[in-house]
Amino acid sequence: MDKKKTKKVFIQGAIPPEKIAQSIANHQSKTNIGAHSIFLGQVRADEIDGNEVRSIEYTAYEDMAEQVFHEIREAAFSKFDMTCAHIYHSLGEVKAGELCLFVFTSSAHRKTAIEACNYLVEEIKARVPIFGKEIFEDETHQWKVNK
Amino acid sequence: MIAEAAGKNEETLEISEGMSVSDLKDQQIKKYQIPDPESVQLAVNQDLESSVELNEGDEVAFLPPFAGG
Repeated sequence: MDKKKTKKVFIQGAIPPEKIAQSIANHQSKTNIGAHSIFLGQVRADEIDGNEVRSIEYTAYEDMAEQVFHEIREAAFSKFDMTCAHIYHSLGEVKAGELCLFVFTSSAHRKTAIEACNYLVEEIKARVPIFGKEIFEDETHQWKVNK
Repeated sequence: MIAEAAGKNEETLEISEGMSVSDLKDQQIKKYQIPDPESVQLAVNQDLESSVELNEGDEVAFLPPFAGG
């Protein structure tokens, strides 16, 4: 079953926009779907004390992260009547303006797709051991904390 | 962040019998002067909700604030 196996979430570097287009195209054969919801996380060039964030370098406690991603996905399937759900997150350096998170949910109807997508994003931000080093233009860094 | 403070990514430790997860946290935070200790979470064998007492062979991870997404 598509929703039971542990899926590969991590991608090295930024998520290419073409991957999003391709994912949408891949679902056109599933005609029981009536709605998709997509969340894209993009690296922001925050300015802190006159120093601008150039990129974020993502690392993770990978084995635990994969396990938590799996649990979150399973919980989402038991809560929401989804057709499918896909999650991709970057590891390594992602430049400002590039994509680091792609969450894609599909359902027969919009409400379920949107709510499931929101649920997944909030759970990912709160529970998955992923760490972000914000690298500034002058090569200094600080560690990002989710708000 | 924690690895930067400690100067290492991992370490094997001898622990005294009956040592709890929070004892270990206090001990290591003091030893390496890890900044902002309230924000540090410990996962034992990749589980944040793990038992309080440590056992031989446990893998304990010191996790800084999560920043995914």
